[in-house]
Amino acid sequence: MNIIGKKYWYFLLSLVIIVPGIISLILWGLNLSIDFTGGSKLTLAFNQKTDKTIVSKIDAILVSQKLKLYSVETSNNLAIVRTQDLTVAQDNKFVAAVASKGKGAKQVEVETVGPTIGSETTANAVKAIIIASLLIVLYITWSFRAVPKPASSFRFGVCAIIALIHDVLVLIGLFSILGHFFNIEVDSLFVTAVLTVIGFSVHDTIVVFDRIRENLKRIGGENFSLVVNESILQTLDRSLNTSMTVILVLVALLVFGGESIRWFVVALLIGMISGTYSSIFNASPLLVVWQELLSKRKKA
Amino acid sequence: MRKNPRLIFWLIIGLTILALFVNLPSFGNVNIKSFKIPVVNQTIGGTVELSPNAVFKFIGITKPLEFREGLDLKGGTSMTLRADMSKIPQSERSTALNSAKTVIERRVNLFGVSEPIVQTSVVNNQSRIIVELPSVNIDQARSIVGTTAQLSFWEEVASSSAKANPKDLVIIGDSYFRKTDLTGNDLSQTSVSFDQSTGKPQVQLQFTSNGASKFADITKRDVKKRLAIILDNQAIEAPVVNEPILNGQAVISGGFTVDSANALSTELNAGALPVPLTVLSEQSINPTLGSSYLTQSLFAGILGFVIIVFFMTILYGRLGIIASTALILYTLFVLSVFKLSSLTPYGVTLTLSGIAGFILSIGMAVDANILIFERMKEEKRLGRSQQMAIEMGFSRAWTSIRDSNVSTLITSFVLYEFGTGIVKGFALVLVIGVLISMFSAIVVTRTFLRLVYK
Repeated sequence: MNIIGKKYWYFLLSLVIIVPGIISLILWGLNLSIDFTGGSKLTLAFNQKTDKTIVSKIDAILVSQKLKLYSVETSNNLAIVRTQDLTVAQDNKFVAAVASKGKGAKQVEVETVGPTIGSETTANAVKAIIIASLLIVLYITWSFRAVPKPASSFRFGVCAIIALIHDVLVLIGLFSILGHFFNIEVDSLFVTAVLTVIGFSVHDTIVVFDRIRENLKRIGGENFSLVVNESILQTLDRSLNTSMTVILVLVALLVFGGESIRWFVVALLIGMISGTYSSIFNASPLLVVWQELLSKRKKA
Repeated sequence: MRKNPRLIFWLIIGLTILALFVNLPSFGNVNIKSFKIPVVNQTIGGTVELSPNAVFKFIGITKPLEFREGLDLKGGTSMTLRADMSKIPQSERSTALNSAKTVIERRVNLFGVSEPIVQTSVVNNQSRIIVELPSVNIDQARSIVGTTAQLSFWEEVASSSAKANPKDLVIIGDSYFRKTDLTGNDLSQTSVSFDQSTGKPQVQLQFTSNGASKFADITKRDVKKRLAIILDNQAIEAPVVNEPILNGQAVISGGFTVDSANALSTELNAGALPVPLTVLSEQSINPTLGSSYLTQSLFAGILGFVIIVFFMTILYGRLGIIASTALILYTLFVLSVFKLSSLTPYGVTLTLSGIAGFILSIGMAVDANILIFERMKEEKRLGRSQQMAIEMGFSRAWTSIRDSNVSTLITSFVLYEFGTGIVKGFALVLVIGVLISMFSAIVVTRTFLRLVYK
């Protein structure tokens, strides 16, 4: 099997997935939860199935109390109301009003995030992703320092990070699309998912890179693209088996893990699949592209 | 090490037994009174507590050994409060923050919340108090933290005059006290000092000029009577007035240790330096909802585990069974670390995201084994003997296991550093998982393999 030979096809497939995501990100951005924007999320339980009449009642109450409503979702006997960030008094007043109109309404969950906390969470998330990426490049550069010529450890590091950015873009892009069309929110659990995906992505890439390093030592770097292709094939079984195990576990979590971590698990699934793909079809082929560019320039 | 797999094997068995023991749930008092030995026909007995806690108590560790569950699994309320320091002088801000925290702790304890967390933090020059109250609903939590501390002084009155005019009275012990116009606002600061003649700790009160004149009036008419100090409707101290105090400098002495004097001073400061608290963020989870999350994720975890065992056995046959055994040990070890960590200040709190992290770390533990087994297959294909293949498989796979796990550790550390709440919990679980998975995949699996393929 010649993976390196078809590398541009694989890059194209990645682009096909990433580009719509990026367009969606530019057009609509992410559907950020109150974890980032600040606001309140109230879960109200009714003793009957919630329907449109309850939603419009909630709507009317909020309007009369001059509170900004973001969305109301219903599931079974629950209504999930997202509003501006409410003070204690506002919340009490609102819940009392709903309780008087909808029989037996009770507030079972409430989450309020002030704008300061929201912006801190955002800043910390961005900081964490950047710092983690930098440290990983440094580590790979250091760990692969003994890699034989013509390869360079720095290039390994950079390619691992490009694969990582690929996975993050796939994930964020798809969630931007999901957010726009299906109202799926990005919350702080999502940040955790992104960071886990980063960890796994690099984990996967390193396994392939490690094999390239080993084969370079043994065979030498005369035919770099052949060595890379060989290394990818040698690690293919492992990559697929590992991914399958993790994906099976995630599917179990998805089906039985309950509502509250559902989208977290979806994010991990997307990231896992993308991570496996990028370590096989992007990271290592990129090394070859870079190598070829350099040798062309030398000849010229 | 290579020559002695048997020794390591027994070490692993030992660790396993230890881990099993730590994970043993507390059975409480297992009563063996009714257990009769048939031959002697005599009741032996007494009550024996059969749990790791009892043993730990025996060796002097009294902290309970337990899985700490986060609020999302146990239900409860967490709040981040902003302490408004605009009216407090810069130099007294940390004292004021500490006092505000103490006041909340007092109220929490009065309410009877188990395992509460009350912490202070300063972020971007903003003082905060973080409160986590398990099994407390949002309304109760708001009433606990919602009001600013109120400090007031009450003078003792004769029971006859109390009955004549029963307004604004409290009864402490057998005595009646009436509210005075002296409040926390009149107190400028309190501190702990030491009596110059006896060297014993005492609490020093400094009143404002306005407060000093009120205090002078009170002490003039109340010599040899008691003056009760009440914080949030709770008497914290009722010292006797020895003599009129005119300069606004009072001292409460007698019977203090340094700690109790500090505690009193902190409580008084809460009244002297009242800090208005506003809610920055709050989250409340219904306990039934929390426990259903827990059941769901535990079920998913067990299912995930079974899937992995099944999958590994199909893929690798006998090797898969060995890996699965190592995986069971891995799970046991991780769970005991979680439990043991409750004895340290870095206790792992199990949250939903933490459980997700744990299940993921099982996947990573398996990955190390897959790496090794695939490598062994390759080495065998190259015509090496079984034993040689085992050794080569391990040594060749080691570099990729090391590098990939180190990069996961790097991410986890960064997450722990910058994350808040749930993210931190997730990261901690991942770190523990990765470290133990390296041990189980390499030491445990290798030892088993060496023994099986000898």
